[in-house]
Amino acid sequence: MAMTITEKIFARAAGRDEVSPGEIVEARIDVAMIHDLTGPLVIHTFRETGAERVWDPERIVIVGDHQVPANSVEAALNHITLRKFASEQGIKYFYDIFEGICHQVVPEKGFALPGSLIVGADSHTTTYGALGCVSAGVGASDMASVFVTGKLWFRVPESIKIVLDGKLPERVMTKDLILKIIGDLGADGANYCAVEFAGDGLSNISVDGRLTMCNMGVEMGAKNAIIPPDELTRRYLEGRAKWSYTPVYSDPDAEYKEVHEYDISGLEPQVACPHSVDNVKPISEVGEVEVDQAFLGSCTNARMEDLRIAAEILKGRKVDKRVRLIVSPASRDVYRRALDEGLIKIFVDAGAMIEPPGCVACMGAHVGVLGPGEVCISASNRNFRGRQGSRESEVYLGSPATVAASAINGVITDPRDA
Amino acid sequence: MARAWVFGDDISTDDIIAGRYLSKFEAEHDPRWLADHVMENVDPEFASKVKEGDVIIGGKNFGCGSSREEAPIALKGAGIKAVFAESFARIFYRNSINRGLYVFVSPGVSRGFKSGDEVEVDVEKGEILNVRTGETFRAEPMPEFMLKIIRVGGLLEHLKGRK
Ligand code: SF4
Repeated sequence: MAMTITEKIFARAAGRDEVSPGEIVEARIDVAMIHDLTGPLVIHTFRETGAERVWDPERIVIVGDHQVPANSVEAALNHITLRKFASEQGIKYFYDIFEGICHQVVPEKGFALPGSLIVGADSHTTTYGALGCVSAGVGASDMASVFVTGKLWFRVPESIKIVLDGKLPERVMTKDLILKIIGDLGADGANYCAVEFAGDGLSNISVDGRLTMCNMGVEMGAKNAIIPPDELTRRYLEGRAKWSYTPVYSDPDAEYKEVHEYDISGLEPQVACPHSVDNVKPISEVGEVEVDQAFLGSCTNARMEDLRIAAEILKGRKVDKRVRLIVSPASRDVYRRALDEGLIKIFVDAGAMIEPPGCVACMGAHVGVLGPGEVCISASNRNFRGRQGSRESEVYLGSPATVAASAINGVITDPRDA
Repeated sequence: MARAWVFGDDISTDDIIAGRYLSKFEAEHDPRWLADHVMENVDPEFASKVKEGDVIIGGKNFGCGSSREEAPIALKGAGIKAVFAESFARIFYRNSINRGLYVFVSPGVSRGFKSGDEVEVDVEKGEILNVRTGETFRAEPMPEFMLKIIRVGGLLEHLKGRK
């Protein structure tokens, strides 16, 4: 029977020759990730089950990223919980508070491998599918049961194929592309489904850009987003992969619930307007929107490609006096490379604040919180009401290039005009 | 008397419980920290209005966004007995079952109620009656293994019970 890449990965993980959409399977988990904001409840629930040891201390990744360094006693307590658990269980891959955002650390350290099945106690776990694995977000109880048994039940998802053709124009990024797709399909357009990207256009999209696209798969409800591994994937994983891996690919006659085709060559920058991610407009239709804050960070858009394009736009210029530009590299590694390339100096000279690698302003629970009436242009992935602070604030989502251009002008600006 | 509280489409888990309230709960595990702020981003008065046994009526894609299991914990903590919606986002749906919160996919339900309507709910049958209009809505049947988990109060109790 013909299968999609997602179906093949579920079949392997369930120890079966084949599976079809709609089936419920029990699957073995290759990697399980928790972080400081949802992890303590996982650990609490794990303890309540009465289990003493996790199923495999080498397959659990723990990352401190949401409130780092601690901004409250509670946050500090949560970090202490992670540290104690990691040492008591002998968790091999524990990344304390200065390694970066979980969704950058997991691929960067070589845990996201083609053909594998990964769960994370975070909805943006979909990110890792950029490297050809199935990765899905789960809640605390499901994760606690993974910690005990190493397995979890799944409903095998139907797949939606998105075929990309062409090459993105200058200063138009994969963020613009994924916003366009979410705007077209809607916030629940891929609910319970696998989103599989395909087509020749992928060969022009870097691993950084692919991570951005899969990151936001969950914003249309997807269980997982996935990109077939290729030469770029292989090169990215060289010297990085933690274990050996076996790439899998969709059969040519595999079945899809829907197929959507995009010629990406003519795409214009896109912006998601408040207060939903599918409220997407081409930037030319957004109108005059003044911004108080510009955020270049998050698991969506704080990788090298993102920082480079923002630096190219900000070089030798100044952020508008009305705007606070917050830059937070996705990881320590990205931070160091940005320092080496002189990008951090460009940001500081332009008037930006540099924050530590972590979630920072993305979810209104650390620093860079918005007050009533304030507006933020953000490179992150969610613009829900109150997401970055006051329920009377507004968040617009755009690419790193759009964030940089808007920071200079003080209004949401097309990066091609900056 | 149980009442219905009606919300629209795409209610996110940020709407149900804002990110700023998570770390205190994660550190102390007292559902009151969450219940006091439930639905605050949509309706700041909600926590003071809702009563034990009330029901939420949602539109499509209820519970989208973050994977935070605090969302069903907050709703349960505030006394919500069940959520009936046109459709649910997948992580919230699973989390609710795992925390013993009844969640019912019930096509058409979002047009049948106004906030404050008196309701009668039969969670075993997955039915909700609007006392004001006399209309009953029936949910799509839920797989038996999920119902079992909800009935015992969630996945944790279920796991313990299997030992
Ligand atoms: S950067 Fe934002 S979306 Fe990404 S993991 Fe952190 S809080 Fe979640």
